[in-house]
Amino acid sequence: MREGLSHSEKGSDPFSIFSMKHVYGWLLLTPAAILLIAFTHYPAAATLFESFFSTGTVVRPSRFVGLANYAALADDPVFWKVLGNNAVFALATIPTSIALALLMAIWVNGKLPARALVRLGYFTPTVLPMIAVANLWLFFYTPQIGLLDKVTGLFGSPSHNWLGDPHTVMACLSVMTVWKEAGFFMIFYLAALQSLSPELEDAARVEGASRWYFFRRVTFPLLMPTTLFVMVNATINSFKLVDHLFILTKGGPDNASNLLLYYIYQVAFSFFDTAYASTLTVVLLALLAGLALMQFMLVERRVHYR
Amino acid sequence: MRTILAALAAALIGFAPAAWADIDLTFYYPVAVGGPLTKVIDGLAAEFEKQNPGIRVHPIYAGNYDDARIKALAALKAGQPAQLSVLFSIDIYELLEQDVIVPWDDVASSADDKAWLKSFYPALMMNGTYKGKVYGIPFQRSTIVLYWNKDAFKEAGLDPNKPPATWNEMTRMAEKLVKKDASGNVSRWGVEVPSTGYAYWMFQAFARENGQDLMNRDGNRTNYDNPDVVAALQYWRDLGARYHVMPEGTVEWGTLRQAFTEGKTAMMWHTTGNLTAVKDSAKFPFGVAMLPAAKQRGSPTGGGNFYLFKKTTPEERQAALKFVKFMTTPERAAEWSIATGYVGTRPDAYETAKLKEYAAGFPQALVARDQFRFATPELSTFQTGRVRKALDDAIQASLTGQKTPAEALKAAQSEADKLLKPYR
Repeated sequence: MREGLSHSEKGSDPFSIFSMKHVYGWLLLTPAAILLIAFTHYPAAATLFESFFSTGTVVRPSRFVGLANYAALADDPVFWKVLGNNAVFALATIPTSIALALLMAIWVNGKLPARALVRLGYFTPTVLPMIAVANLWLFFYTPQIGLLDKVTGLFGSPSHNWLGDPHTVMACLSVMTVWKEAGFFMIFYLAALQSLSPELEDAARVEGASRWYFFRRVTFPLLMPTTLFVMVNATINSFKLVDHLFILTKGGPDNASNLLLYYIYQVAFSFFDTAYASTLTVVLLALLAGLALMQFMLVERRVHYR
Repeated sequence: MRTILAALAAALIGFAPAAWADIDLTFYYPVAVGGPLTKVIDGLAAEFEKQNPGIRVHPIYAGNYDDARIKALAALKAGQPAQLSVLFSIDIYELLEQDVIVPWDDVASSADDKAWLKSFYPALMMNGTYKGKVYGIPFQRSTIVLYWNKDAFKEAGLDPNKPPATWNEMTRMAEKLVKKDASGNVSRWGVEVPSTGYAYWMFQAFARENGQDLMNRDGNRTNYDNPDVVAALQYWRDLGARYHVMPEGTVEWGTLRQAFTEGKTAMMWHTTGNLTAVKDSAKFPFGVAMLPAAKQRGSPTGGGNFYLFKKTTPEERQAALKFVKFMTTPERAAEWSIATGYVGTRPDAYETAKLKEYAAGFPQALVARDQFRFATPELSTFQTGRVRKALDDAIQASLTGQKTPAEALKAAQSEADKLLKPYR
């Protein structure tokens, strides 16, 4: 940039022109920078700062405690429990919703009657607010009067307390989340599929490649950028989505369905322990940053950007 | 632009003197049950303004109890004026620790005011009193009652007008009330007690009936691992695991009302706050009774109180007192009770013509009042959120069979001890 500038502005004072352009650039950046700093970077830094202090009340003012909050965190069985739950939730929802999204996208990308309606049908769950979805599914899962029990009842199985049983509650939440998420990811896959050149398919047909071979060796690799994007989003969502817990389980029974972000909410607003909540938030931030970095580095090697 | 500024200036000059002369009262309030209650509150505020020129009231609806507490505290921290609020009766220790409330005794100085402080049911004052001073004036208050389906009782060969009076009776009746279909699957349970939303609250009833309270009056000691308390949890667990009259695992608070009104359970324990909703949706005759006894009857109270905030001028405090007195007159307590199912907060509310007439046609409305004799305050301590969650987790761990009641409650007690030690 600098080289180009001084070259094209030969004769005038290169330094003042450069600084003018420099200021101009910063001015353009300012609005975005202010918003980012005010709502993202400053709160993150303040959270980190606060995690080294104790929660202050009028009776016991806040004081510096070093890493005591982190020591308490390592000793907190609920923290480890919710972290484990989050891992289960991520493993259960991310691959499934991506696979389902890809399948649906390929399906509605083909020629079929009422294609727009089918696409809309798949996309509808995404449009609904999570709270509304959770209220719907609460009644699906309710023992005896719920849809799920009515259906299994037809086959003679006894009524099951789906959300009240620690062994089934996570599976119930995962199924609902996949249902809600897959349609959203489908849209990205659909857009990517439609940008693929039809010549590739024609060429493959001439060569006599089977459809599965064509998908495996041509379509799927070409969709890698989309897969990376969807994967990053799905991972973030698996940590970010907790609205349904307010309606469905409140993290119970006995923390069996509690997730990290919901636990942070409980600590911050039901226990009013802002310092410990900050500590948990730092862990969440570090975790997400680490995961995103890993994904970008690992998957990028295998991604084709055109 | 200039005209707008001029208009603004004129408006400021015009209104400023009036604003100084008047008193503004802002209060936050939660709504935890169904129905258009925000309209009722707005209507009451407007009526008060009409009777008391010079005082302006701004009611702000703030969601459920948790939201209301968070919003009110956040507003106070941000320096926004709120003079009083309706908040959860059990938030008292949290509010004391944040040092944001003052006792009503400081404001209620005249003989008339002092008599007013004593006009409520004593059971409802327990959660609002700390070291002999009244911080919470009862407003929307509830208790737990037993609802029973009279048709189901008839079908099972039981007297439809005789609810269980003891735990043993409840177990025996529930066993008869369980209905199974041809393949042996349960189509109707005997009794259900919710354990997701407010497990600690329901459990207080069991513990009290077995002769124990879960905390002391200073809010710094809990009683979770007392043998009678353990036995109470064992009974709750046994209803599902041993007698098979209740579903195993936890029972959802939010959907239990539907399960009852659709005949999927013959009895349920639930808040009186649901009474009007059950009355509107049940297609069968149903009864409401006091909870059954083991050693004694018992149920905790629940709901919201009026609190007075510290950051107020003496004039504002007097105006707030006037407003709360207005909101808690016998007539208004009666109207409020009829609209919601919440209990009338004072004995003379039940002497008003309105509530007498209502109760004559719907005697179920009086059960909660009669149960006050056996009431205990709702679980509330310092560090109340954590102390309560320790108990909630213990209850759910035993109901789902992951821990025995004894070991679950022992763990909860040591957690509570750790939290409460600094307050002793």
